[in-house]
Amino acid sequence: MATAIEFNNISKQYRLGLVSTRTLSADLSRWWAMNVRHQEDPYLKIGSVNDRATSADSEFVWALRNIDFKVEQGDVIGIIGKNGAGKSTLLKLLSKVTAPTTGTIKARGRIASLLEVGTGFHPEMTGRENIYLNGAILGMTKSEITRKLDEIVDFAGVERYIDTPTKRYSSGMTVRLGFAIAAHLDPEILVVDEVLAVGDAEFQKKAIGKMQEVSQGEGRTVLFVSHNMGSVRNLCKNGIVLKDGMIDYVGTANDAVDFYMQMDAYDEVVSREITPQYRKPDMLLNVEFLSVAFEKGKNSFASEEPIDFTIEVKGNKDVDSFRINTTVYGMDDIPIGGVSNTTFFSIKRGEVKRLRFSLLQHHLAYGTYKVAFSVGSGNYTSGQKDYDIIRDVLTFKIVSAFVDETAGTSISQWKSSWGKIMIPSETVII
Amino acid sequence: MKHTQDSEWTTVIKPRNSLFEVNLKEIWQYRDLISLFIKRNIITQYKQTILGPVWFVIQPALTVIMYMIVFGGIAGIPTDGVPRPLFYLAGTCMWQYFADCLNKTSNTFVNNAGIFGKVYFPRLSVPIADVLSGLLRFGIQFGFFVIIYIVYAFVGGSGAHFTWYALLFPVLVAMLAGLALGFGTIISAMTTKYRDLQVLFSFIVQLWMYATPIVYPLSQTNGMFWNGIAVHTLMCLNPVTPIIETFKYGFLGCGAFVGWRWLIYSFVFMVLLLTAGVVVFNRVQKSFMDTV
Repeated sequence: MATAIEFNNISKQYRLGLVSTRTLSADLSRWWAMNVRHQEDPYLKIGSVNDRATSADSEFVWALRNIDFKVEQGDVIGIIGKNGAGKSTLLKLLSKVTAPTTGTIKARGRIASLLEVGTGFHPEMTGRENIYLNGAILGMTKSEITRKLDEIVDFAGVERYIDTPTKRYSSGMTVRLGFAIAAHLDPEILVVDEVLAVGDAEFQKKAIGKMQEVSQGEGRTVLFVSHNMGSVRNLCKNGIVLKDGMIDYVGTANDAVDFYMQMDAYDEVVSREITPQYRKPDMLLNVEFLSVAFEKGKNSFASEEPIDFTIEVKGNKDVDSFRINTTVYGMDDIPIGGVSNTTFFSIKRGEVKRLRFSLLQHHLAYGTYKVAFSVGSGNYTSGQKDYDIIRDVLTFKIVSAFVDETAGTSISQWKSSWGKIMIPSETVII
Repeated sequence: MKHTQDSEWTTVIKPRNSLFEVNLKEIWQYRDLISLFIKRNIITQYKQTILGPVWFVIQPALTVIMYMIVFGGIAGIPTDGVPRPLFYLAGTCMWQYFADCLNKTSNTFVNNAGIFGKVYFPRLSVPIADVLSGLLRFGIQFGFFVIIYIVYAFVGGSGAHFTWYALLFPVLVAMLAGLALGFGTIISAMTTKYRDLQVLFSFIVQLWMYATPIVYPLSQTNGMFWNGIAVHTLMCLNPVTPIIETFKYGFLGCGAFVGWRWLIYSFVFMVLLLTAGVVVFNRVQKSFMDTV
């Protein structure tokens, strides 16, 4: 497979603060150093890593730093990372909207970028006129557009309004038309930035289908930036995780998403005092959580190993019977499973109780998880009432997921595409 | 693949191009885009107006009436024996085209920051389309001028007469367009960094008209000196002056031909300016999104 895009040591520097990038004096001293004294650009030596949370110690910041990777032809590569990690800058460089500070990007074939759909739509012009204009902006010729006009109109589903000015369109129609034009570009390399987050569910399905068709059927290369981990998993073969302008992880799309999910949320804390930030607001708090902890003082477990929590609750009122529930979440906040205890306890006002809460035979697969707890009373017939709900309090790891009985060893190998639960099973000859 | 040759790459994105690496071939590839931009400019200009393109004629007509009152009537500036409406209309048509192109092209980056920030296409296609779409308006205004001209010819006694220099008309228009494009691209490149130039420049364009023989004939300056230099020469250093004067001499026969020397000066000025404009514009377009 040939290389479609090659990033060679790409960096992009921005100047913080002032509106203009450089002052005249900085411009002059740079010019003097580079053109008269033939030195390296003095402003490239300084500059700090792009971490938004810390205050800057330099006027210059690297939005991207030393990005080096290759994309194979026909690959669909997802670029993920937090806001400000440099994803959009990378796409901007690739779509030639702005130039890199150092390094080169080489690509084979026409690059079409979809940083926004419907770029250059003029509200006074009709749908048809805008198809031609937008198509030409994206690099199509008139005859190409004429050839695909029917297909585009059909895909966008705006046939009835094609000779109406786009200012009369609903916002959904405008976006659909914009995407339809871009989807029919037929570039060798397609750069997409979160445009799938538009339109209704039906159109999103259509859009994802079109992108899959483009990449699989026609062997085109797609770079896809999204915060929607589901669509990255669905669409992409490979993934790149950016952090503070640098490449943090390269791998398959699933692995990259898993890596990204665990990047910040996971921590090694084994005991947590409950402060209001963990608590769902406006609860009754007849009974409230004081602290939760892993009883064994560790947060990594084997998949067969029970997970014991020590929970401290305090009564603010006399409560005759309450129970404790828990839900285990994946790092992407998708609930995996939960339990509602049938054991009830009572508590007096001002009393503090310590409980052990155990997850037995959970069958969780290799991976990272977080837990939420709730305390409440009642049942399905009398109506449930939650006194307190706490979320994202503790994270834990399941380290060995797969027990190979014949080898007698545990192999910690599990693909995220297999799911989060190891279903107990047996296979016998009958 | 290790054996990949650099020549196989179709796109190479580098920090900076060399100064004179202007991709004219690319602009040609995007000619359809230029024609669609022209179409857009024309379609959208007078959409939802009642009079539509009639405005193209009303504007110069009112301007000429104003000039007749202020400069002809109150100030009493002569018009070289040519009827005032014809004299003013000739100057206004040409100047309006120049000023229009200049105002539009000088705001290229600022006005199109939205599109430029999202998609790449040769940025020069926008000012080129601006200059070309201005030709429609100019054509209608020139037609208006011709009608008035013919009316005067039939009524007779106009004092205006056609000379063969009028055949230079297409060249003159091209020179105006080139000057406007050259100036406009330089200004637009500079306004990405220093926005106050935008304000300053629209003001300068207004003043510039008075440094050009639009509301007075160049012959008025004959025999005038400033620090020992003929004012006529100073006026002709303004590259627009020879163009306007040749146009007026060609169609109205008023005054005297400025001479090939000045016309060639103006032409060379235009070529150099246009080259400089395109080079500067090309330089700025690569990273202007970071500054605009």
